[in-house]
Amino acid sequence: MTAAVQPMVEARNVHKSFGHLEVLKGVDLQVAPGEVMTLLGPSGSGKSTFLRLINHLETLTSGRLSVDGQLVGYREDRGRLHELREAEIARMRAQIGMVFQRFHLFPHMTVLQNVTCAPIGVKGESRDVAEQRAIALLDQVGLSDKVRAYPQSLSGGQQQRVAIARALAMQPKLMLFDEPTSALDPELVGEVLDAMRDLAASGMTMIVVTHEMGFAREVADSVVFMDGGVVVESGKPEQVLRDPQHERTRSFLSKVL
Amino acid sequence: MATSAAQQAPTPGAGAPPAADDLPVVRLRHPWRWVSYGVIAVLAAMFLHSLVSNPNFGWDVVGEYLFSVRILDGLAKTLQLTAIAMLLGIVLGVALAVMRLSDNPALSRTSWLYIWFFRGTPVFVQLLFWGFISALYPSLSIGVPFGPSFFETETNALITPVVAAILGLGLNEAAYLAEIFRGGIQSIDRGQTEAAQALGMKRSRILRQIIMPQAMRVIVPPTANNTISMLKTTSLVSVLSFPELLYAAQLIYSVSFETIPLLITASIWYLVVTSVLTVGQYYIERHYSRSDRLEGLGRFGRLAALQRRRTVTDLGQDAR
Ligand SMILES: Nc1ncnc2c1ncn2[C@@H]1O[C@H](COP(=O)(O)OP(=O)(O)O)[C@@H](O)[C@H]1O
Ligand SMILES: [Mg+2]
Repeated sequence: MTAAVQPMVEARNVHKSFGHLEVLKGVDLQVAPGEVMTLLGPSGSGKSTFLRLINHLETLTSGRLSVDGQLVGYREDRGRLHELREAEIARMRAQIGMVFQRFHLFPHMTVLQNVTCAPIGVKGESRDVAEQRAIALLDQVGLSDKVRAYPQSLSGGQQQRVAIARALAMQPKLMLFDEPTSALDPELVGEVLDAMRDLAASGMTMIVVTHEMGFAREVADSVVFMDGGVVVESGKPEQVLRDPQHERTRSFLSKVL
Repeated sequence: MATSAAQQAPTPGAGAPPAADDLPVVRLRHPWRWVSYGVIAVLAAMFLHSLVSNPNFGWDVVGEYLFSVRILDGLAKTLQLTAIAMLLGIVLGVALAVMRLSDNPALSRTSWLYIWFFRGTPVFVQLLFWGFISALYPSLSIGVPFGPSFFETETNALITPVVAAILGLGLNEAAYLAEIFRGGIQSIDRGQTEAAQALGMKRSRILRQIIMPQAMRVIVPPTANNTISMLKTTSLVSVLSFPELLYAAQLIYSVSFETIPLLITASIWYLVVTSVLTVGQYYIERHYSRSDRLEGLGRFGRLAALQRRRTVTDLGQDAR
């Protein structure tokens, strides 16, 4: 709201509990438009939960979380927060792409149908327009020869690239990646990271949960280290990765590097 | 035997000869299979002989009635009743399954209660209730709840034997199908719903386009099973004096006393229709497992994919 650029994602004192288990204990962070942020942290530190809050797959317990200036899941009106209707939440999600660790392609649809189903069904695009863009996107991730294949016949790396194309087909303003290469055989990791690298170069705003330190170092604009439901340390990759200030960051990095 | 086993073992033991590439394989023999075939053949022959030689079967009478107008008429009624009751069951069953899985406790509890009641009482009793509904509610009316009514009619004029049969069978079936559908829907990984939600899809679209098409693979076999079961359950409707296949047969033998041949006649038709349904089930199941195949469209695309896969395995074997 100030003269400065409005952040694409802004979290202020975000808390999230599952029953009695407090998973996020006051997360503050900002992602600028066009920024690529990698989110690091040990398993169970709340990285996935935080990503899922951003597109409202989980509802936050307290705090403020906004995407492109809009509160996630709520509308503010005269000092009160009103829960959004399903249609409003869906409209918001349609502008945020998400890529999952286990791909979650739709197995009963061909690759082309996977990529076109949301643009046609949600945005109401014509089949021609949607298919043209889908084919261009699949070409971009190197899968133009797999258009008519079913997901089952593809390798993990190919499936994840289809998942990236599927998310991009909605022309999102923000992309969330939750450990996109963790379920892949080592030799297939590179092809997915390459697709993400190209996407970052195109100026997409991205939040990437990953253990790929090479990607964090070379592609990310910022690195955030989370542990125990709070942001322990954040900054430029060279700063956080080379010269971590906190003991917890150091011990985590010594394990993954 | 011992040496050939040692040769086929993947890790050569001490002293085993080096494995050659083209040793002959000695197939395992199954002598008991032949004995069991023999026993079954003898029993079958005895049974067949009795079928032909025992005049009480009355095959000539069966042949006389198999294509008679009254039996065929009954068969048509049975088929119609099965189709309509299943249709009612499917529509209501989907609604009940979705209600059962709804976040709204009023809906999910109503669905639970419905299923509890209709599965908990015999369908035969339910049919009788629908048949005698007029004893319970002599007239039916539409109007303001607890207030004046705009439209009123005799129950017997509305709930004819056909309607009673459809309601009795369809409402009962819905309870069973609801559980089948719920199981199918719940068998689909949550990640599918989340991926669809993340793309901005709403719940109804996710159910229609993402969940149901996948759940169908789980749903079709038991639903086909229930359809076959329904075909035969329609015979209970004879208590409502609805002239389906069995009742048609009963009407004939109540006069001619050719009971056994007419029961056989009806059974033959039930078997024929069941067989046709089984074939239909095969094709529906095949349709919903099409994503197991390699490519979506076009024979040539599929062929190309197969060839590619073959090349890959060939290469793999070469590497070994
Ligand atoms: N739906 C849920 N219900 C209960 N606990 C959950 C749920 N989702 C995550 N958690 C818990 O929250 C904690 C953080 O999980 P997560 O965000 O997945 O961590 P990370 O992605 O950093 O490994 C874990 O202890 C996990 O067990
Ligand atoms: Mg995680």
